[in-house]
Amino acid sequence: MSRSDVLVDADWAEAHIGDPGVVIVEVDEDTSAYDKGHIPTAIKLDWKKDLQDPVRRDFVDKTGFEALLSERGISNDDTVLLYGGNNNWFAAYAYWYFRLYGHDKVLLLDGGRKKWELDSRELSSDVPERPRTSYTASEQDSSLRALRDEVLGAIGKRNLVDVRSPDEFAGRLLAPAHLPQEQAQRGGHIPTARNVPWSKAANEDGTFRSDDELRTLYQTEAGLDFSKDTIAYCRIGERSAHTWFVLHELLEQPNVKNYDGSWTEYGSLVGVPIELGDGR
Amino acid sequence: MSSDGCGAPAGGISVSAATGSQAVVEGRVVHEGSPVATGYARLLGTGDEFVAEVPLGDDGGFRFFAAPGSWTLRVLAPGGLRAERSVEADYGHVTKVEVSL
Repeated sequence: MSRSDVLVDADWAEAHIGDPGVVIVEVDEDTSAYDKGHIPTAIKLDWKKDLQDPVRRDFVDKTGFEALLSERGISNDDTVLLYGGNNNWFAAYAYWYFRLYGHDKVLLLDGGRKKWELDSRELSSDVPERPRTSYTASEQDSSLRALRDEVLGAIGKRNLVDVRSPDEFAGRLLAPAHLPQEQAQRGGHIPTARNVPWSKAANEDGTFRSDDELRTLYQTEAGLDFSKDTIAYCRIGERSAHTWFVLHELLEQPNVKNYDGSWTEYGSLVGVPIELGDGR
Repeated sequence: MSSDGCGAPAGGISVSAATGSQAVVEGRVVHEGSPVATGYARLLGTGDEFVAEVPLGDDGGFRFFAAPGSWTLRVLAPGGLRAERSVEADYGHVTKVEVSL
């Protein structure tokens, strides 16, 4: 795998509109963006309604994922091209999620919806109808996902990368500044975590920085030891999926997990260690 | 720019009671007198540190729940349009900003 195997630019996407082997999928938290206009032929996935279990805090299970993709007309042989708003946070999350369930023919659109819009490329309000498929998912790949006990056991041993903003890391905010401040019971970060905000991996137009810039960011500036395994986290696991994509897919680090429980879980656990203050 | 507590901003976003104790920065982006419905507002800290970004609403509106302090607001829109403003945020205040591109 290399950058060109996992990331494509807007010209590539434009050239593959209508390609029968490529399904373009917009993934957002707020799908009203899709409803106003989307890349022609794209279907939508709702980060919450479609990808989260409606009762427990967890993913939809394997059967649910199979039902979802079958209903949306995605088959096992399709190449799925994901893009979305928020600089691809939720598209990166969906990318990680597709990989978790064993769909390897998946790509991310560099720059996502923002670059597409800033380039003034075509948006369509037509909602495509795709014939139903019979999708088969694999069991979840646990090598990509960290749960809370593994995170606690990783303190001081593995690289912990907190990808939230410096104010969230320090404990001054509990959520990104475009969201109401609620959620976790306590602010702060997991002891020994390095703060490398996801945004440092992206250019202003939402595209990823070059591999050289990314290596400098994580190794030289943040001091991550690439010989160790890494767990990335944020507030709910979507921004850290963006960083997981950078470390695992672009920089090809083998053992990188996303902790999707993230701060909304960790910051509400009873009795776990928390550190306050700015990163070093 | 003003910070006059409650009340609906020019963009028409209603400020709910839930924002009452928070440090809100909100406003609207216009170009040649019309709302800019396609574009992005980003909030930056010292040294251009990225804090948050939102797509503009149909009325060109945006809103952030910031920490108290001084921030830079940067707006990006198609056609290379961009603008920057310095803004202050404080708990219990709604700081309103009108940006003309």
